[in-house]
Amino acid sequence: MDTALILHFLTTPLVFLIWTTFLKTFILLNVVLGVVSVTVFAERKVSAFIQDRIGPNRVGIPMTLLGGKKDIPLWGLGQMIADPVKLLTKENFVPAGVNKFFFWLAPKLVLLPPLLVLAVLPFGSSLFGVEMTIANINVGVLFIFAVTSLSVYGITIAGWASNSKFPFIGGIRSSSQMISYELSLGLSIIPIFMVCGTLNINEIVDWQIKNGWLVAPYWPHGFSLDQLLHPKDLIHSLIAGVSLERFLLWIPMMVSFVIFLVSIFAETNRLPFDLPEAEQELVGGYHTEYSSMNFASFFLGEYAAMFAGSGAIVSIFLGGWSLPIIPDGSHGWFWGLVNIGAWFAKVSVILLFMIWIRWTLPRFRYDQLMKLGWLGFFPIALFNIFLTAIILAVVHH
Amino acid sequence: MPIVVNRPKLTFAEKCYLPSIFAGLAITWKHLKRALFNKGIVTMQYPEEKWDANLPDWYRGAPTLVVDENGREKCVSCQLCEFICPPRAITIKPMEIPENDKWRKVEKRPEEFDIDMARCIYCGLCEEVCPEEAIFLRKDYSITGLNRAEMVHDKKTLYKLGGVMKGLTFKWNELK
Repeated sequence: MDTALILHFLTTPLVFLIWTTFLKTFILLNVVLGVVSVTVFAERKVSAFIQDRIGPNRVGIPMTLLGGKKDIPLWGLGQMIADPVKLLTKENFVPAGVNKFFFWLAPKLVLLPPLLVLAVLPFGSSLFGVEMTIANINVGVLFIFAVTSLSVYGITIAGWASNSKFPFIGGIRSSSQMISYELSLGLSIIPIFMVCGTLNINEIVDWQIKNGWLVAPYWPHGFSLDQLLHPKDLIHSLIAGVSLERFLLWIPMMVSFVIFLVSIFAETNRLPFDLPEAEQELVGGYHTEYSSMNFASFFLGEYAAMFAGSGAIVSIFLGGWSLPIIPDGSHGWFWGLVNIGAWFAKVSVILLFMIWIRWTLPRFRYDQLMKLGWLGFFPIALFNIFLTAIILAVVHH
Repeated sequence: MPIVVNRPKLTFAEKCYLPSIFAGLAITWKHLKRALFNKGIVTMQYPEEKWDANLPDWYRGAPTLVVDENGREKCVSCQLCEFICPPRAITIKPMEIPENDKWRKVEKRPEEFDIDMARCIYCGLCEEVCPEEAIFLRKDYSITGLNRAEMVHDKKTLYKLGGVMKGLTFKWNELK
């Protein structure tokens, strides 16, 4: 009787929405923070391999602490736990001359925006009929832009509140870096709206399932599991996918993709655009004066921003959770899980690409970044909008 | 006279960065791929692999005391090393050699000889200044301890590390 009542209560639409949303938020947050520490480990390993080193390979299960004879190294995977434990147990030192309130506020301001961005990213199709997006809102892309630009406040405030010269320069650099890439970031996405006709990320993903991914529009509508059994249909739909409009639109989409990708690098303060940090010039940049968990918040924020940025790239340009042939979650929970796995796999690829880029390219000089933003990407993004409009107007009709 | 260095004329490919970015990515990919299969790694796994066999003869490791082939401790505790030691790591307590000792005519030897390895800077001045060729920097470099007291090498440790040094000047022989 009681269980039936509770079940009935839990399945009323509003209550159902609330508790599933909380559950999704909880799971996604934990998974993402886990992925962050894996990313840090991957960064150390990949950087080591690129530089002909081995990287962390010792910290595993400390059998010697438990009375054993030999530690189990586990390829250094224990480093993922050892790093946060070190950061958590260190002394949280606050220098005397800082502005205490803003000094404590800044790390939170850096950590919060990337986690908020995760709310609008569709990380899967659906599982047991529950949509795998925390918030399916109509202004998803605008929400991402609005929220991610906030993290620059955290960095600038950290630089200013530290009351020290190098953090200050880092903070100033961060704000001027923001105005040079944010414009082209916003403009690069306009052609996508013109093509897809929507700002809702879920709908952009749906559009890509029907018309092919924006960076690779090679498989058309109806390319599904059933068609593999009917080769005639398959060839027919493949031929239907080859059209002049498709390939003409592919050019501005690729331009948008490159600008968006590079801008996301700048947005997340990754090399080659990590001017606010710039270890070699500015000691540690904006987080020079931070230690312990406050520093860890910056660290976490940076990697969470990488994850959120990669998630945005995947959802907007790489077809989100979709894979060709693989059906969506309405065909059963197994396919729902496969879709979630596909999304995380795609995000991991972009994350690895970011790490790969970091250990390949040297840092841009300050004025070079401004020049690239204002004289390079800004006009190209503007031109790209007109190009898309012309293609749409001439070829579409 | 000023030298004019003209900026090199860049082609369009060089100006738009992209080709060189891809070239760089190809290079790092090559290294990544090689290292993934454990090839071309240049680092040495320290505690398991050591480079001790390749240490040069002039390597300056921990300072030690030596005995000669007759088993006599060479130090006569003149304390020159104690005075020249820049970080004042050496402390010597001299003693007189008793009457019935075989080496009575040497007159002095150290009763205690401490080198604080937490202070030692491995400069080798003690070896250089020693008139008796009694102190030598050997090749031990991994000196560890859990506290300050453990880092002090006493006379026993120093002789153990130093061992016997043959072929040195034998100036305290019976004929002299």
